Amino acid sequence: MKLKNENSQVNRLSRKNNWFVILLILLFLLFPLVIKNDYFIDVAFFFGIYTLLGLSLNIVLGEVGLFDLGHMGFAAIGAYTTAILNTRFGIPVLILLPISAIAAAIFAYLVCSPIIHLKGDYLCIVTIGMGEIIRLTLLNNPFGLTGGPNGVFGICFPTVGSLMTIDNCPKFYYYIWIVVGLTVFALIRLQNSRIGRAWNYIREDVIAAEALGVDVRYYKLLAFVLGAALAGVAGNIYATKLMIVSPESFSFMESCLLFCIVLIGGMGSIPGVLIGAAAISLFPELFQTFAQYRMLFFGAVMIIMMMFRPGGVWPRQRGRILLKPVLMRAEKSEI
Amino acid sequence: MKLIIEQLLNGLTIGSFYSLIAMGYSMVYGVMKLINFAHGDFFTFGSYMGYTLLVMGITFITSTLGVWGGMIAAMLIAAISSGVLGLTVERIAYRPIYPAGRLPAVVSALGASIFIQNAIMIIWGPRPHAYTSDVIPGFILNIAGFRINILQIIILLLSFLLMGILYYIVQKTTFGAAIRASALDRETAALMGININLIIFFIFALGPALGGVAGVMVGMYYRKISFIMGWNFGLKAFTATILGGIGNIPGAMVGGLILGVLEMLGSTYLSTAYKDVFVFLVLILVLLFRPTGILGEKIAEKV
Repeated sequence: MKLKNENSQVNRLSRKNNWFVILLILLFLLFPLVIKNDYFIDVAFFFGIYTLLGLSLNIVLGEVGLFDLGHMGFAAIGAYTTAILNTRFGIPVLILLPISAIAAAIFAYLVCSPIIHLKGDYLCIVTIGMGEIIRLTLLNNPFGLTGGPNGVFGICFPTVGSLMTIDNCPKFYYYIWIVVGLTVFALIRLQNSRIGRAWNYIREDVIAAEALGVDVRYYKLLAFVLGAALAGVAGNIYATKLMIVSPESFSFMESCLLFCIVLIGGMGSIPGVLIGAAAISLFPELFQTFAQYRMLFFGAVMIIMMMFRPGGVWPRQRGRILLKPVLMRAEKSEI
Repeated sequence: MKLIIEQLLNGLTIGSFYSLIAMGYSMVYGVMKLINFAHGDFFTFGSYMGYTLLVMGITFITSTLGVWGGMIAAMLIAAISSGVLGLTVERIAYRPIYPAGRLPAVVSALGASIFIQNAIMIIWGPRPHAYTSDVIPGFILNIAGFRINILQIIILLLSFLLMGILYYIVQKTTFGAAIRASALDRETAALMGININLIIFFIFALGPALGGVAGVMVGMYYRKISFIMGWNFGLKAFTATILGGIGNIPGAMVGGLILGVLEMLGSTYLSTAYKDVFVFLVLILVLLFRPTGILGEKIAEKV
């Protein structure tokens, strides 16, 4: 009897969530069919890119609590891998999608291995330094590969054999949001796995985690590598959409905005990342009419948001579904 | 040899800008444990206020005060306006958010930074401004074959003087001891009868004020100011803070000077284009081998 009660509560919660998800997916599918304006579809595309980047930083910052203010550097590695290999060797960009993810991941592994033991703000400044080194190196055109401040241009559209070319706004829109959807699915699975729990344990209490046998170094590195790989994927898609990559797209400011995406939404919360990305990417577009005042408003809104919802708009509710029935049972037994 | 000395002098000059800005970062971080991302924009604001004074009061300055007096007046205005801005930002954007923890405060600081940057852009326009040469004091001296601009020497001396004053306040006076005590442990310091609000007032007035003075110096030295320069200088100054040991005020001074000299030497002997890469590489290496910075003390970890 009691058990049934617990189950129904769990079901009710997940059913509510299911409806919400179905509604979201419907909205996503219908959006380009209803709104024919390419500009709005493009805005939605960049919303998707920011979501993907936000999700990738969310692994590092949200799940493990590592301050990473150079995350755009990983996206830059992915984007430039795609751009250089595509323009020089003509390798199709869709094949380069996993390759740029792997390139960013390997880079993250090499760079982060020596610095992973640093804590808090020290890790933060080292990642800032790393991001800046990447950007400045790209700017300086090493070996004539990166094209300096102009960047690399002439990147091809993604093609699926001879079946389809992703070459217009709606196609790109579906492309990015399908990738985001798959990523979200994978990340939810990851959150509820052994790895996800180890990550959250490290975030909440490193020493306790270490004492209980969690390999802290391994899991921190894993977060960086996975986050970088996802950022590399985002970089690839970004490069193919714009057909040009330049160092200015990967500045410190952009890394800061990614940081804000995760914190505005709520650390470690996937719906939160969606909200944060919406805030960052849609806000400046929605207030186009205010032209030069929009970033002013944006700054003010960031401050006001943190005043009223410091934990983020949609903070992750840890273990609520599972814990509640147990607590109820405990209360009852006391009576 | 001549080149080395000239470049060392240039490096020290740039380094003193970094030091002046870095002290503000360090004081705020020490007491509040907050990376004050808006600090670079206080510096820009000071620079623009100094510029405005010099442009508006150009006839008065050239007739009454003289160019040197004008420079001092511009620095005072910059210091006061940046200090007021710092206090305002603290009151509006930081104070209500402290209780929520450190990360929301970081977002708020970024928001404040974006806000100030764009406010400056709207007020003064997006194009860079130039400190015109008739308000910039200084002349070239030839000493033993060295061509030295007196302005550079004055800037250096002035920033060393300011650093010396701050060093004296923080390290030698009772009030300085109170600041250092609150940097070590805010709660305990408050229990010992230290007025934390007064300390916060002090650091948020003085840190930005020093940044504002540095802003006028940068305007005089480079002659060009733009509304986004706060990010670049702020990032470098923050790097200097970490290099010297975060929360440690003498460390910030030393870190800034070292950073400036490294940058100049890097651009002379390695490559101009890669000078910043060089600076950040040194930073990462220092942190790898001495994670608490050059002057930072080893702090026992709390469990």
